[in-house]
Amino acid sequence: VAVGSARVVPIVARAGLRTRVRELLDRERFLGPAFVAPAVLLIALLVAYPFCMALYFALSNAFIGRPSHFIGIQNFVALWDSDAFRQTFQNAFVFTGAAVGLKLVLGMALALLLAQQLWFKRLIRGAVLLPWVIPTALSTLGWWWMFNSLYSVVNWTGISLGLLDPPGPNWLGQKYYAMSAVVAVNVWRGLPFFAITILAGLVSIPRELYEAAEADGAGPVARFWYVTLPLLRPVLAIVVLFSTIFTFSDFNIVYVLTHGGPINSTHLFATLSRQIGLESGRIGEGAAISLYLFPVLAFVVYAQLKFVRKEAY
Amino acid sequence: VRRPSRRLTWKIATHVMLAPFLVFALFPFYHMVLTSLKTDRELYDRESVPLLIRQGATLEHYTKLLWDTAFVTWTKNSLLVTALATALSLVIGTIAAYALARLRFFAVGGFGTGIFVTYLVPTSLLFLPLAQVVHWLGLADSKWALVVTYPTFLVPFCTWLLMGYFRTVPKEVEECAMVDGATRIQALTRIVLPIAVPGLVCAALFAFTLSWNEFIYALTFTSSSDQITASVGVTSELIRGDIYFWGSLMAGAVLGSVPIVILYVFFLDYYVSGLTAGALK
Repeated sequence: VAVGSARVVPIVARAGLRTRVRELLDRERFLGPAFVAPAVLLIALLVAYPFCMALYFALSNAFIGRPSHFIGIQNFVALWDSDAFRQTFQNAFVFTGAAVGLKLVLGMALALLLAQQLWFKRLIRGAVLLPWVIPTALSTLGWWWMFNSLYSVVNWTGISLGLLDPPGPNWLGQKYYAMSAVVAVNVWRGLPFFAITILAGLVSIPRELYEAAEADGAGPVARFWYVTLPLLRPVLAIVVLFSTIFTFSDFNIVYVLTHGGPINSTHLFATLSRQIGLESGRIGEGAAISLYLFPVLAFVVYAQLKFVRKEAY
Repeated sequence: VRRPSRRLTWKIATHVMLAPFLVFALFPFYHMVLTSLKTDRELYDRESVPLLIRQGATLEHYTKLLWDTAFVTWTKNSLLVTALATALSLVIGTIAAYALARLRFFAVGGFGTGIFVTYLVPTSLLFLPLAQVVHWLGLADSKWALVVTYPTFLVPFCTWLLMGYFRTVPKEVEECAMVDGATRIQALTRIVLPIAVPGLVCAALFAFTLSWNEFIYALTFTSSSDQITASVGVTSELIRGDIYFWGSLMAGAVLGSVPIVILYVFFLDYYVSGLTAGALK
């Protein structure tokens, strides 16, 4: 009897286990967390944990290959004594303000044009979107060559058209020109995102509203001001918030085009943080610099959660 | 009620106004390709017209890039990292999105918010501590560090995009299948996923593009010539000291963009819909 039951038990147990797993997988309370677990684990290990490390680094005198000590907020305070940092702080706001502003205005204009009846509609949209999909580091190399001090095609064209006096500006070697160049490349790359997203918003506005406004005698300007703009506001808010965070934290364009120069006049938080934290090895200071990105990130996240998610749920 | 001639005038005017935008968008690419095909003699002739090739085209910059540099290795690294990171992120993102969009369980709203917040974290905020984590994992100066770290921005993106698509699949379809005896997993793989194929294609395309274009992590976590990706190789290895080989540099920029351009030509509509979905959903 004992032998017989010993033989039977494992089979029953195995069948029981299989149905139990099947039942578990059918239960939302088990399947849900199981499906979310890999993503949560990844984010905890490689986003949340490094973020805490960044906080610790920023509050310590960490240096590559040396034990570190807690020094409180000294890094954050000491940065304000550095000319490079004060310049970077100013640059970040000038760069973000100018680039996002230009992208918004030009993106709106481009979206309005793209919403009209067009020949070769697909081809034109494809061309407009192209700068956004090409690797930024590589396309910025093209711009670097276009702004070259000796062979700049921008200057050659400007001089040929009589817009610039020969020899034309040394785009990447002079303070304000370098900032304009960096902003121009950022606008070039970010414009498609604005244009295509605003276009999607434009297309979703019901035609009847325009017809009603036209019947009431509203001209094109009035229709834009009283119908298009108010209805586009949510889309514009989202696009501007998204773009603000990714423009503010931009790295690729400045790194390839100017390396932050001349004399720090185009450094952004990300590029300065890399230069101080990796190239000079002062990790603590470098981490403190990138954490200056955090207040802007926090604001955008707050605004997005408040305005965007409300509609999603 | 407009007269046709006025309509035609307006249509032509629209195209004329679009022209500057198109020149702005496309000229850098035109100039890049042009430079990569010019002979050095014409390239560095200050009297020549930079907008045209007058003294004959050449492929010497391309052959130099392919035979004298490690460009082929960099491209292989890029392909490996991009393919693995995309596949991994797509699987993790799909199941997470399904759970967040469809299932009810403990703190589901909190997880959804967490994913969205992570989606907004820029890579330039965390590259310093991540370099340390990569070092601890024993992946310093290895392309595998990129396979491990790229999902940190790809998974939130894929999850967010796919949540939107899964919500558009009617719940009733799935419930019908489950009443007929299908399990949840079967309902997911046989009913929901086939309907959401456009979303999956879109997520895969964007994940591929985002990781192919990634620069700051690749620049920070890898440095040996046999480990770096195409973007890093072209921007750092081809620039030595103060002498720039502009022809090869532009050839590298052109070839490094080719995989994305090929995808782009075939899947343009997915790019357009994904771009707006990413921001609007």
